[in-house]
Amino acid sequence: MKRVYLDHIASTPLHPEVFEAMLPHLKENFGNPQSLHSVGQEALRAVEEAREKVAQLIHAQASEVYFTSSGSESNNFALKGLALAQRSRGTHIVLSAVEHQSVLHSAKSLDKLGFSTSLVPVDEWGMVDPEEVKKAITKETVLVSVMLANSEVGTVQPVQEIAEVCRASDVLFHTDAVAAVGNVPVNVSELGVDALSLAGNQFYGPKGSAALFVKKGIRILPFIDGGIQEGGRRAGTEDVPAIVGLGKAAELAMRDMEKRAEAARPFRDRLIQELPQRVDHVFLTGHTEKRLSHHASFCIEFIEGEAMLLNLDMQGISASSGSACTSKALKASHVLLAMGIDHALAQGSLVFSLIEDTTSEDINYLLEVFPPVIERLRKMSPLYTKYLEEREK
Amino acid sequence: MIYSEKVMEHFQNPRNVGVIKDADGVGKVGNPVCGDLMSFSIKVKDNRIVDVKFQTFGCGAAIAVSSMVSEMAIGKTIEEAMKITNRSVAEELGGLPKNKLHCSNLGADALHAAIKDYQEKQKAEKKNASEKSAPADKCYCPYCEGPLEGLEDYCSSCQIELEDCPECGKAKKKGAEKCPHCGATKPRV
Repeated sequence: MKRVYLDHIASTPLHPEVFEAMLPHLKENFGNPQSLHSVGQEALRAVEEAREKVAQLIHAQASEVYFTSSGSESNNFALKGLALAQRSRGTHIVLSAVEHQSVLHSAKSLDKLGFSTSLVPVDEWGMVDPEEVKKAITKETVLVSVMLANSEVGTVQPVQEIAEVCRASDVLFHTDAVAAVGNVPVNVSELGVDALSLAGNQFYGPKGSAALFVKKGIRILPFIDGGIQEGGRRAGTEDVPAIVGLGKAAELAMRDMEKRAEAARPFRDRLIQELPQRVDHVFLTGHTEKRLSHHASFCIEFIEGEAMLLNLDMQGISASSGSACTSKALKASHVLLAMGIDHALAQGSLVFSLIEDTTSEDINYLLEVFPPVIERLRKMSPLYTKYLEEREK
Repeated sequence: MIYSEKVMEHFQNPRNVGVIKDADGVGKVGNPVCGDLMSFSIKVKDNRIVDVKFQTFGCGAAIAVSSMVSEMAIGKTIEEAMKITNRSVAEELGGLPKNKLHCSNLGADALHAAIKDYQEKQKAEKKNASEKSAPADKCYCPYCEGPLEGLEDYCSSCQIELEDCPECGKAKKKGAEKCPHCGATKPRV
């Protein structure tokens, strides 16, 4: 069966060059970077080289990059580490309503420690208005966190403007850039952010590789207490193969990012244009222009996302859905609800995210397979029957 | 795969999809806020269910459950069909993931609602039937059966605080050890 992988947002494949770069560190270069002997020093050299590359990718200094195990950890580290370090100044945090769970739930944990959180709304495209952030900031606010790009709807936020608002109010600003880094150019000093999260498996690096950028001079509390790894802020023996993989992925992103985006954009635009033509009641979610170049997301009315995913998978197509049933929590996506999409429609969420191997044939195949899958499920749907009956009247 | 072979088989080849035009009983349960909506129509002859058709808006498990319930109900007497439980449906399907067990509740509920609708029509209480029998388009408080929108953290009927079960996502009493929907017990810390 033909297999078409369109789930970049879940994970990109590991790039063969990344795999090659990691291999020696899974085999002969097994040293602990904290050891003084040459085997350890060899590992340390590899880790610092990777740090340099990750820093280059986001135009930071190497000393501002802390390696972590996942985008979620980076977000936890940033929210908790920055907020708790500022505690004496205030205990209020501002987030957007469409943040990743790792940001929202970190804030929830902080609430238990005496912090409070304000959620800034988004418009129908999933976009945060910097003015709304300004309104939400109070004298008590010590931290704002708004993501750079949303993985469910692809919308890219006006992070630079939000950073300006924060700077003017003397409030720290963190951005969850996990979906963005490696896919769109990111320059931390141009953006004006104080902290930024990124993850390797969003740009052809290995899972378990991620980092947090923290601007020089910004206080952050250690996330894992222990030894002196990562400047004493994130103790624990370094995952050298993952770190090396992340470094290599960063190097490849600097080389290939533009090429990848240019290749993906026409495919994305074709999906955005043709899917709603081929099937009625299919709506694009997220911003029409300010969106990730590999990201096409929709809501398909009258049917539910998981049933679509299973059917598409039976045809060899891997995609994602923000529907309630696909996540264990069984709730409609908070992102889609925040955008004002009603519950029933939000259940029919579907995300196609392209990878660098995606071909024109893949898109043709998807466009061909998609309509009968939808038709099959709609035939079973009481909501569709109701719609047809009402239309007849 | 998160589902058993049997579930996938029913999902791929659902039996008895559709609507019976001159149905003797119709039952609808769930709403899109809860994630699933099921509609069953039945045909009854000499106290025996001779035909069942269903339509379902929902996940793979919801569709498989509907199909299985329809298959189990056909040929049974009204009394036998009322004994079909969520447990027996889930068992017939070779088990369901814990967080999908509520789908099997809905399947049995929708069938039973259709049967009750039939019985009420039999009693010639046609005027009230549509209001009374169809527990339509609502979620219900698991403790007092009072109506819920599906999002509130408080049941206004029996005045208890509710929270979402982390396993199945349905409403349960705040702090309750055991979820009344999926039976999940509180995760041990």
